[in-house]
This record gives sequence, structure tokens and C-alpha cells, in this order.
Amino acid sequence: MQESSIEGIKDLASAAVPIDAESLTVEQAIANLKGEDQGLQYYAAWWLGRFRIREPEAIEALILALQDDRNRTESGGYPLRRNAAKALGKLGELRAVPELVACLDCSDFYVRESAAESLGMLGDRSCIPQLIKLLTGGVAANQPIPGCPHLPQPCTAAIEALGSLGATEAIDLIEPFLEHPVELVQYATARAMYQLTQNPSYGDRLVQALGGDKLQLRRAALSDLGAIGYLPAAEVIFETLAENSLKLISLKGVLEHHVKNYSSESSSVSDTAIYLMNLMDNLL
Amino acid sequence: MTSNTSALELIQAIDQADSSDSLLDAVEALADARLEEATPTLIAVLSYNNPGAAVAAVDGLVQLGEVAVLPLLNLIDDYNYGGRAWAIRALAGIADPRALETLLEAAEGDFAMSVRRAAARGLGNLRWSKMLSSEVHPAQKRVFQALQLTSQDQEWVVRYATAVALQGLGGSVRVSQPDLVGEIKAELEQMLATDADLAVRTRVQLALKQLEEVEN
Repeated sequence: MQESSIEGIKDLASAAVPIDAESLTVEQAIANLKGEDQGLQYYAAWWLGRFRIREPEAIEALILALQDDRNRTESGGYPLRRNAAKALGKLGELRAVPELVACLDCSDFYVRESAAESLGMLGDRSCIPQLIKLLTGGVAANQPIPGCPHLPQPCTAAIEALGSLGATEAIDLIEPFLEHPVELVQYATARAMYQLTQNPSYGDRLVQALGGDKLQLRRAALSDLGAIGYLPAAEVIFETLAENSLKLISLKGVLEHHVKNYSSESSSVSDTAIYLMNLMDNLL
Repeated sequence: MTSNTSALELIQAIDQADSSDSLLDAVEALADARLEEATPTLIAVLSYNNPGAAVAAVDGLVQLGEVAVLPLLNLIDDYNYGGRAWAIRALAGIADPRALETLLEAAEGDFAMSVRRAAARGLGNLRWSKMLSSEVHPAQKRVFQALQLTSQDQEWVVRYATAVALQGLGGSVRVSQPDLVGEIKAELEQMLATDADLAVRTRVQLALKQLEEVEN
């Protein structure tokens, strides 16, 4: 459920334009992806992921699109590869793992980032060594580049993926990123460290972040707390100055984590679950 | 006299706000004052395209309650979509049955999930005692139909709000329409069996549990 929490927030952020599921059919999307029109290809790759189209033909076409050479940005990026990598993560198709691992070496930062995110979602641990490689050189090698909107490597995505995959062998490499100058990297690190150690000090670090000045950072911390299902954060999540929609997604993550780990679904609803749902009800 | 003076000052502070933060502070101050004459100003704030201020204005309008209902319903006919969505959320919070048709329409057809979610929740806790008694039964059935539709919404949060609303509606009709309680429970059982989201299923379980506790 972690993945859907994170993704929920991202979908929400980009949902300014209403999504019309009827605007494409599955057949048409697959045909567009295999076709010549680069605009339609790009949209079809996004669409297949958004609507979770798991047809074998769609997956094959998306895997093929990871090697697309035609759709290029002025600075040499690969837009279609980025969208295809994102979609394959959402489709939960393990067949895509080797090709996504190959994308971690792509010259385009955003392809590497999308591939790392998707590998974290797919849950196949075979990619752990390649994800670790993205963190080579540690914090020193991954300082912000003046004039460039991103770090040398997609550290946030790699660290989050390693946390989701339970890569305890990477703990020593990940922990120093708590001191990274970029807050979002610190949060990703706290999140992964909590997942890998269950040490509450890392969850508390994210709770502190909810008290920060910048809305964008509070939103990120909400997403991370939902992803790790950190129960002691519930009240602070409820009080945080941010959109109710995001607080609801965060509390949903906490609730689902609790129900999955501490109570069986068939039996009665626990007091903790009721407490969490009371908070959620008040945010509707 | 004092009250009028301070209302005027509070309203002027909103007109004079020159930043997002000062607007928020001014709206919060006006909302906290709970003055009926603040209604038009709070409603105007809903269309300012400032989410923080709109949240504060919605809170203020919900606290004012009934007196704000007709002005809000009038705004719904306005062209400003942003303001419309906030007005529906205020109406859902006030839960006055004069907003029934507006809430039904919003729950069933609005494109923004936050509006569908608020409208569904509002349908579940309408204050039925404010409605003509001859109209209550058919209206409750109509609300149940709408909630059957929102229980299939593609967004989990709308389905979650639907579970909350079905619990509320079930509590309201317990004595007057026992047949409808049975249908509500069947709908919840159906959601429990089929919903894709664990959080929604857990909320449905709680709704069923609470409906049963009320009965016993």
C-alpha cells in the first residue's frame, strides 16, 4: 500500500486537469504507443500506467519504448523512456526489471529517476546492487549542481527504493544522507532508515518536518509518513497546515499499515483503527 | 454598536489585506467573530482563489450555520467554479436540508474528488428535523440512491466518505424506515466484500459495527 499512497499524492498534484478515462481505448493506446506520432506515443505511455492496463501487448510495447531513440529533448533527454519507465512501475510487471535496471545507466537523469522509482515499487530485490551504485561516492559526490535543477544522481528515488525493498545491506551507505543539504533527500533518508531499522527516531524526524515553514516540504513529509505508516505521527498529521486531501492520504497509509500488521481483517476493528478513522472522518 | 463597529473593521481588514498571509489572518478573525453580517464577505472570500483563506471562510460559514444557507445556494448558480466548490463544502458542513438538491448533484457529478467527498459526507448527516415531515422519507431514499452511486466512485476517498455517510443515514432512519436500514447494511456488506482499498473496507466495518450497536 505504500506505493499507492505516494502515487496518490503525485496523481493529486497533477490532477488540475480532470482525467477522462473514456478519451482513449486500450486498443487505441497500444496502437498509439507502437505508432509514429511522438506526441501520441508519449501520452499513451502515461495513459497505460495511469489506468493500470496490464495487457501483455501493452507491457511489451512499454518495455520496447524504454529503448526509444527518436523522441529527444533539446538537451538530449528521452521523454518517452521516462513515461514508459514510470508506467511499468505502476503495472507491477516483474518482466520489466532487467530493462529498468539498464535504464539506471541512461544518460538522462529523469530516466534514471523514473526507473529507480519503479524498481522500488516492483519489489524485486535483484536490482539492489544497481540502486546502491547510484549512491556511489555518498553525500560528497551528490551535492547540488549550480544552475541545474537536479542532483548528479536521483538520490531520493534510489534511497526510497532501497528502503521499500528492505535493503538492510545499504544502511551504512544511506544513513549519511540524513545530513544532505537538500531537505527532500533528508526526508527520503529518514523514511528509508525507518523502514530498514524501525527506529522511531527516524519517524520523529519526519514528524518534525511537518512543523516546517514550506508547504511543499510539509506535503513531502506527509507523503513519507503515510508511506511508512508511522502511527505516532497521526495527531500531528491531522493538525498540519496542508490540504485535507493530502492529510487523508497520509492517514490512510497509517491506518492500512496498522490494520495489516496488528489486526486481522476478519475480526473486529481495533481501538487504534477507530482513533485513526475518527481523525480521517473529521477531514472529509 | 460595538459589535457593528468591530464587524465593519474586521470586514475592512479583508478588503485591505495586501498579502496571502494577512488575508488569511483577516478571514480567520472575521470567522471567529461569528457575526451574521459577515456572511456576504465570507462568501466572497470563497472566490478569491486563495485556498488557505477559503478553508477559514468555510469554517466560519459552517459555524454561522443556517443563516448562511440561502446566500451559499445563490452563489452555486454563479459562474465561478472555484467559489462553487468551496460553497458546496460549506453547505455539506452546515447540513441544512435546503441544500439537498445541490449536494446530490455535487456528490453524483462534480469532477473534483474533494467536492464529491464533502458532498457525500454532507448527505449522510443532513438535519432531517428541519425538513417538512412529509418530504423526509422520499428524500432519505433519494440520498441512499446517491450514496449507492458514490460507493462505486473511482476515488477511494469518495468511497470512504460514502461509508461514513451510510452510517449516518442508517442512524437517522433507524426508527422511521427500518426497511431502508436493511438496504443500507446490504450496501455496506457489498462494499466490504468488493472494495479494493483496505482503508475503505475498514471504515465500512466500523460503519456496520456502529449501526449494529445502535440497534441493540
